Amino acid sequence: MQELVDGLIKSGAAPAGVPAWLHYLSAMLLFGGIVVFGFVLPIAGITTWVERRVMGRMQSRIGPNRVGPAGFLQWLADGLKNLLKEDIIPRASDAALFKLAPYVVIAGFVATFAVLPFSGNLIIADMNVGILYVTSVTALVVVGILMAGWASNNKWSLLGGIRSAAQIVSYEIPAGLSIFPIVALTGTLSMQGIIAHQGPHPWQWFLFDNPFTFLAFFVFFVSALAEGNRTPFDLPEAESELVAGFATEYSGMRNLLFFMAEWGNLYVIGAIVTTLFLGGWQIPWALDGQPVLRNLLQFGLFFAKSYFFVFLAIWLRWTLPRVRVDQMMTMCWKYLVPMALVNLLGTAVWMLVFPNGVPLVRWVLTALTGLALVMFFWRVRFHVRAAGYGRAQLSFNPLATTRVRW
Amino acid sequence: MGLAGFEVEIQRQQNGGGVVTEDMTLNMGPQHPSTHGVLRFVVRADGEVMKSAIPDIGYLHRSIEKIAEKVGWHGFLPYTDRVDYVAAMFCNHGWCMAAEKLAGLEVPKRAEYCRVIADELCRLHSHLLSVGTMAMDIGAFTPFTHAIREREYLNDLFEELCGARLTFHYMRIGGVGWDLPPGFDEKVTAFLDRFEPMVEEYNRLISYNKIFTERLANVAVISAAEAIDYHLVGPNLRGSGVRYDVRRDDPYSVYPELDFEIPVGRGEVGTLGDSFDRYIVRMDEMKQSCRIIRQALRQIPKGPVIAKVPRNFKPPAGDTYVRLESARGDMGWYVVSDGTAFPHRCKIRTGSFTGISIIEKVSRDLMIADLVAVIASLDLVAPEIDR
Amino acid sequence: MPLDAAGVHARLTARFGDAVGAPAGTGRDAALTVVPERIAEVCTLLRDDPDLAFDCLSNLSGVDYPKAGHIQVVYHLFSYRHRHWIVLKVNANRDDPVVPTVSTVWSHANWEEREVFDLLGVRFTGHPDLRRLLMPEDWPGHPLRKDFVEPEEYHGIATSRESLLKA
Repeated sequence: MQELVDGLIKSGAAPAGVPAWLHYLSAMLLFGGIVVFGFVLPIAGITTWVERRVMGRMQSRIGPNRVGPAGFLQWLADGLKNLLKEDIIPRASDAALFKLAPYVVIAGFVATFAVLPFSGNLIIADMNVGILYVTSVTALVVVGILMAGWASNNKWSLLGGIRSAAQIVSYEIPAGLSIFPIVALTGTLSMQGIIAHQGPHPWQWFLFDNPFTFLAFFVFFVSALAEGNRTPFDLPEAESELVAGFATEYSGMRNLLFFMAEWGNLYVIGAIVTTLFLGGWQIPWALDGQPVLRNLLQFGLFFAKSYFFVFLAIWLRWTLPRVRVDQMMTMCWKYLVPMALVNLLGTAVWMLVFPNGVPLVRWVLTALTGLALVMFFWRVRFHVRAAGYGRAQLSFNPLATTRVRW
Repeated sequence: MGLAGFEVEIQRQQNGGGVVTEDMTLNMGPQHPSTHGVLRFVVRADGEVMKSAIPDIGYLHRSIEKIAEKVGWHGFLPYTDRVDYVAAMFCNHGWCMAAEKLAGLEVPKRAEYCRVIADELCRLHSHLLSVGTMAMDIGAFTPFTHAIREREYLNDLFEELCGARLTFHYMRIGGVGWDLPPGFDEKVTAFLDRFEPMVEEYNRLISYNKIFTERLANVAVISAAEAIDYHLVGPNLRGSGVRYDVRRDDPYSVYPELDFEIPVGRGEVGTLGDSFDRYIVRMDEMKQSCRIIRQALRQIPKGPVIAKVPRNFKPPAGDTYVRLESARGDMGWYVVSDGTAFPHRCKIRTGSFTGISIIEKVSRDLMIADLVAVIASLDLVAPEIDR
Repeated sequence: MPLDAAGVHARLTARFGDAVGAPAGTGRDAALTVVPERIAEVCTLLRDDPDLAFDCLSNLSGVDYPKAGHIQVVYHLFSYRHRHWIVLKVNANRDDPVVPTVSTVWSHANWEEREVFDLLGVRFTGHPDLRRLLMPEDWPGHPLRKDFVEPEEYHGIATSRESLLKA
């Protein structure tokens, strides 16, 4: 990012009399604004559209299909509707905390984008404590949810808020512990630094580096789902028990802000997983002379990888039931934390014994995962055949809207 | 994965050491996404663990039993649909059976077969809703939509049969309202061919899912003795291991001529008599219902579909108690006639009424999330409880 | 060994004598009339005697007979072990109906008796928690009685409205 601004100053596009730090600051603010309004909010909105269409196909029905082509503008319509709704604040609630809570949650969520890389050169601020900053800033969400649960003056909201606080705080531990193996492998906390240590090919990703980082990936993904209040860990907003948990008393835009944070958080989870385990934006070609094309390709690859995890989270949400509070806590403290500790220790020992890693292990892990994927799609094909769906009835088109014949 | 940690915490409060706490009184109010109708529970909870959950019913009381005394024998049939609108055919059947027994009427064979086919289709209808909403209450939304998709087929079939999707009013005193429409047996057979493999699909999707079974195993274990003492019926009773079904052990209509099994809870995951057993009994019953419908369609004779019943129906004075196996279990109809065109008293004893009376007992030391699972596993519907 | 109504009657008269009347009615609806004061003891014997073993109270209803001047409580009992039935009838004076509770014998009777109390006004002595079940706690009167007149209003809400079919 810094080189970009330096290049602009040198080529005379930016006024010369202004001190350099002001250039950097205004560039960061400008880019931050573009990211927040041009990327974060639309992503949060579009993910709702994606979720509703994917959910619809999984449930043998069509998702939204009225507003815009294939219902694509539904999220804009929902946003507008929520802005126009009556803003109800319960009389007995703690009004100041009640109004503040959604903003704290949104702040905790949007602030993570300051260090999320989009491509090799596009990042708002490549802090040297990047990943640590992300874990600490997402803890703001807990504060916001607790505020919402308490200030609503509603016992059900309180239950939801307390459950959420317990859940997010508990799952910070395995999530953090699963990040440490990667940090140990690279020796840096910076996001771009972690990506720079990986390569474009799958066996160069940290996911397949050694069996312990492979397990750390799963531990991290499950913990991240729990931190994001996604099923199977959506107890804080368990619709069938607590109506909407901590967000029960919220109406209109305040309500939407909570859920925007949740859906946008899916992308953040995807981005972090991609950065840490999947090689980030690394593309196979150097393309030194074409910065625009290079950055475009890198962004496209990064986005595709991150969005795959968004899709995975949606898929899990609409398949699995919800765990109970004590089962969730048991899973965290009795299973995930010991597993994460073992992963950390194992990675450290691996680094000691094999300082440069073992290429054979990387290839074997990659091959095994590839094999698992092939078997998965084979099984899908078997079920599709067994259910008797002919080609005429089955459609892989996610935008299939008309004449869904039984 | 027990409640060991919580037991320690509760003990510390009783011993006087540590922080002073008090119980929270929550109102799982009449409007709630998962109380299966308009039910209210007053829950005293210590955090997530409940001390008691006391049901408060009556929000859906429509005085149907008193209405019977006002509208006459024939006129009461549409009201019986509303006694349990999720499984309305059985309520029609119960009233017709009681009236026919009082008057000593003989129902034609074809009408009895039509009744059985309608009853078993309605059992599928009700069980699909029950397992779907149970999955939804546990947190898995997709099986619910799949169950509703199957129910849409059944709704189409019912609409062809009697014109309604929910409150059927198909049966009449002395028989049924209309004969099976032409082509009905092909449509029903096509539906059954499509539906029976779906039960296996649901089992693969949700029934044996680890999270689902962990939520239901060992939750609200009801022993056979307790079940009989509280008079739980239907899948609630069979889930506790008691192999009793009115269709087999106290047969009515043409069930003696049909061959089917009675699924009983086996304690597959957890203990015999827990919530999972009651759930899996319903899944197995759906398969048996498909079997019964196929046999009935093959064996149905030709003939009239209704006996000659005077419009001014006046059964002789007397009382009778008839039972039939509704989707929610043994539904008892105690009807008293005083010889006039209006019944003297009609009392309906339903499976959900007994089911909800046991909730206060089994909900001690469960968690709030478990209360939702228990309500769903007992398959309570508010209209049956309140009438 | 399933028993019919006469067989059950014989065993009951051996212990209770005249308190239990002869079976009236046919088949499974043949009912034994029991004096109200002894109903709890009769039910306890019916449940505990190994030849009778009526472990299930299938139905408990109240019927209002204004012309005869009593409210009748009808018990339908079933035995899972022997697969036999019996019907008991208890007549309580309509002006002050009092019947001993059988909720100590079968837990099912707990809520059923609450309902009979709520809708017909029969008081069950010894019941652990006799309060209204279906109607609100402060509802006046017992709705299922034949002479029940609906109150004009309840907490300010009118219970009737003028006919929508204007002449």
